[in-house]
Amino acid sequence: MKATMERATSAYRAGVTLLLAAACYEAVARSGVFPAALLPTLPKIASTLWALLLDGTMLEHAGFTMYRVLFGLALAVGVALPLGILMGRFRAVENFCLPLASALMPIPSLAWVPVFLLWFGLGNMVAILIVFYAALFPMLLNTWSGVRAVNPLWLRAAGAMGANERALFWKVIIPGASPFIITGFRQAFLRAWIAVVGAEMLAASDWGLGWVIFDAKEFLNADIMLAALAVIGAIGFVFERLVFGSLERATVMRWGMVRTAKG
Amino acid sequence: MTNFAPAASAHVPTAGTPVQRGESRWRVMGRTALPFLVVALAWEATAHAGIFPRKLFPPLEDVAGALLRLTATGVLPHHVLDTFVRLLAGFALAAAAGVAIGFAMGRSRRAEDVVLPLISIGAPIPGLAYAPLFLLWFGLGNVTAVLLVAVVSAFPIVFNTWAGVKAVKEIWLRSAQAMGADDRRLLHHVILPGALPYMLTGLRLGLAQAWRILVGVEMLAAVPWGLGWMIFGAREFLNTDVMLAGVAVIGAMGLALEKLVFQRLERYTVVRWGMMS
Repeated sequence: MKATMERATSAYRAGVTLLLAAACYEAVARSGVFPAALLPTLPKIASTLWALLLDGTMLEHAGFTMYRVLFGLALAVGVALPLGILMGRFRAVENFCLPLASALMPIPSLAWVPVFLLWFGLGNMVAILIVFYAALFPMLLNTWSGVRAVNPLWLRAAGAMGANERALFWKVIIPGASPFIITGFRQAFLRAWIAVVGAEMLAASDWGLGWVIFDAKEFLNADIMLAALAVIGAIGFVFERLVFGSLERATVMRWGMVRTAKG
Repeated sequence: MTNFAPAASAHVPTAGTPVQRGESRWRVMGRTALPFLVVALAWEATAHAGIFPRKLFPPLEDVAGALLRLTATGVLPHHVLDTFVRLLAGFALAAAAGVAIGFAMGRSRRAEDVVLPLISIGAPIPGLAYAPLFLLWFGLGNVTAVLLVAVVSAFPIVFNTWAGVKAVKEIWLRSAQAMGADDRRLLHHVILPGALPYMLTGLRLGLAQAWRILVGVEMLAAVPWGLGWMIFGAREFLNTDVMLAGVAVIGAMGLALEKLVFQRLERYTVVRWGMMS
């Protein structure tokens, strides 16, 4: 009962915040301080967005972007998760991979765009590889440190209670490392999301939300830009709130690893 | 202390493998150098095999040559300096704002409810997506670059500070209160040390984010000087060696930031307080 009340209050406050923010924006846009082409009003943006959604172009752009992100992300998770666990469990793997990862990690994925453009030409390949590169390291390093952060006491306790390697892995290491792994996945998605837009802008491939925004700049179409930004934000929000939120509730929160703030 | 808080004490990955007991310094250096040697050899072998044109896949000596040439003429240092100043200005703005917002969110449910929707909407919108908009609003130049860097790198700082403050164990708070700690002492001696590993992670991620976005912004905004522009401009002339040299410098700068700024900070704070070893 108390929990539902609190949730209702949260939702109410969130709604009020968003309404206030929208009202502020609208007031500035209508005040005429800035040219209307640069700061379009909310109804203008909404109608542009609606028109683009109706004729299907926005959905197609979003589809292309999603395809690139999810493909790259899946590749990154597929490589980073096993490798991170191996790095956490075996010294030799750690000794080999960690220096390489530490040297490559500080290089922004977008710095590779010109290089990849030369190597692979325009198209999906560049965007997917950039997403892969961007998502790889947060996933890898979080998995690694998660596995290492598992309390040795738990491992010994489970061993003393007769757990075999497999039970140890699934019942102790994976739940113990899961807050890190989920954080890593979340960060990987955010980075992938950043990288895909940048890659689409720089690799100009005719489709994709990043390309729409960049293309709109040429014609001073701030309303199209903001409409595309809204779509990008909406997709990101859905992922952040629904996918990661429920993932976290289903795993770490249930296991009591993180608590919600009170007061 | 670590026994009680295995999940809360976020171990921040450090560059280079930790020194293991009973190992000599030479052995550690050799162990760290080995993977690079393997990769460099593989690269050289591929480059000299002639499968790809030398212009597109230059051997390492070409890249080193480009690096030396650009440094000697003073072009590279100028690019580096401009990029560095932009980075610092943006990151300083982001760190100040991010820590303050994250702390407020972690301590008060009300602040969390108000700020989280705005942050959640803002964070998944990639910073570069704002770039054209900022270019329209603020014009070409440093204002756009610095503001973009600040906006983008603030998000991980906010999120991690928030998570860190929330991850402080209830029992630590209650026992400190039971021992008569007032709000200020609670903040200084319990919450701040408890949240610090996360905050440092956030600052690191923020700096990395700032770094990442800066390179992209420099490519898009066509600033006259800056490493991002140098790499992107080199594409026009198929100068893959210049590009790879630029990428290497970018990586070295990022690594230096990490080593010189954050690891030192970490040693003086979290490690000394025993939050992690």
